Amino acid sequence: MKQRLFPSPHAAMADLTSMGVLTDGATVMVGGFGLCGIPEQLILALRDSGVKDLTCISNNAGVDDWGLGLLLKTRQIRRMISSYVGENAEFERQFLGGELQIEFNPQGTLAERIRAGGAGIPAFYTATGVGSPVQEGKETREFFRPDDDPRGMNRVKGSARPGARPRAYVLETALFADLALVKAWKADAAGNLIYRKTARNFNPMMATAARFVIAEVEEFVPTGTLDPDSVHTPGNYIDRLVITTSQKRIEQRTVSKKAT
Amino acid sequence: MLTREQLAIRASRELRDGYVVNLGIGIPTLVANAIPPGMDVWLQSENGLLGIGPFPEDANVDPDLINAGKQTITARAGAAFFSSSDSFAMIRGGHIDMCILGAMQVAQNGDIANWMIPGKMVKGMGGAMDLVAGVKRVVVTMEHNAKATPDNPKGYKFVRSCSLPLTGQACVNLLITDLAVFEFDEARGRFRIIEIAPGHTLDEVRDRTDAQFDADGPIATIAL
Repeated sequence: MKQRLFPSPHAAMADLTSMGVLTDGATVMVGGFGLCGIPEQLILALRDSGVKDLTCISNNAGVDDWGLGLLLKTRQIRRMISSYVGENAEFERQFLGGELQIEFNPQGTLAERIRAGGAGIPAFYTATGVGSPVQEGKETREFFRPDDDPRGMNRVKGSARPGARPRAYVLETALFADLALVKAWKADAAGNLIYRKTARNFNPMMATAARFVIAEVEEFVPTGTLDPDSVHTPGNYIDRLVITTSQKRIEQRTVSKKAT
Repeated sequence: MLTREQLAIRASRELRDGYVVNLGIGIPTLVANAIPPGMDVWLQSENGLLGIGPFPEDANVDPDLINAGKQTITARAGAAFFSSSDSFAMIRGGHIDMCILGAMQVAQNGDIANWMIPGKMVKGMGGAMDLVAGVKRVVVTMEHNAKATPDNPKGYKFVRSCSLPLTGQACVNLLITDLAVFEFDEARGRFRIIEIAPGHTLDEVRDRTDAQFDADGPIATIAL
């Protein structure tokens, strides 16, 4: 079995440039939703690698002083593919100054493009974004909703449910990266991953959709102790693992009053 | 005119026992506090949770457990966590009964615009386009009018045609404003007014609305 566990995020990324995985202009996927479930220590190592002109595929862009916001500050990102970037003043400044390009994807389209990339599906049709700026320049085609045509599956004329009308769908292409950085809760030496609560988010798809995948985990457990029924990401997707102590910063701390 | 809380209460009357519902940010979030007692409603958070619970007590705050607004939350008994692709499969696949979201503009044919204003910094659409494209029933809560501008002296938000880039086409089923409630009639392809806020008249609603809508059914006063 290949040795996957590295002693630090920096060690896990030290030879990526010489391997041709992480070079200027590379495409990097970074897991997380807001600051939840981001591979925060790997992001620090990515910054310290000095690589630049990156295309980053990540749902959000971090905040000014954490997450991908750190790489915006150092101007290592040329282009972002994201669904929402609202929490970042540096992002706004660079975008308005023309230094940073952004491709907004609907969040579900972003997730599915990544899933498709990892699953060997080059493109798919979705109703999301039809009639919006997202549709511009893309092929569209009419289908019945799958649940409106359980008999004919859009292949048999006249088979759709009575009264059902076809609707427009837009063709979206898959995403695949040179490198994916993901965050998980537990891992074993085989590379199997288990995520925790809503820190799962984009991490499982990203772990399947890059040439090289590094996972940052909180706990490393002996092989054989993870229940195979509970594994979220099978180990063959993971090239390297690092165990880190995460800060897990919170964007919006909201609490209820203790019942007395 | 309804307050934000009253808008949320009116929107909560659209909930049904056993519904799976996604609530947007702002007024829709307040609907969670207005779920009728005894009604079992499952709240979905598009970052990967079905079964949102109340906000945590201070000692139980968990950075790994947030909602789509990035607020710390809890998961109720029976909740499930899943990935973002599973979450949006649930949304696009028609497995969510209702979503309630805000809007900048709603058009008379059911179009909605709620994510960008040309010339201003765009933050992104997040999950809104997937929600309006995939959820069975789309309920919009918004103020009936915006602040007056030279282009739009009456601050119309319910309009003949959206001037802002769309989030989705012909997808709004129910529009609840602080002035009135409009139900979309699929067969006619138009909205019909069904309720007016206490103390206001149909003439006033027409005056404050750019959109054309039908008023040929019973019109109730919004019960508060």
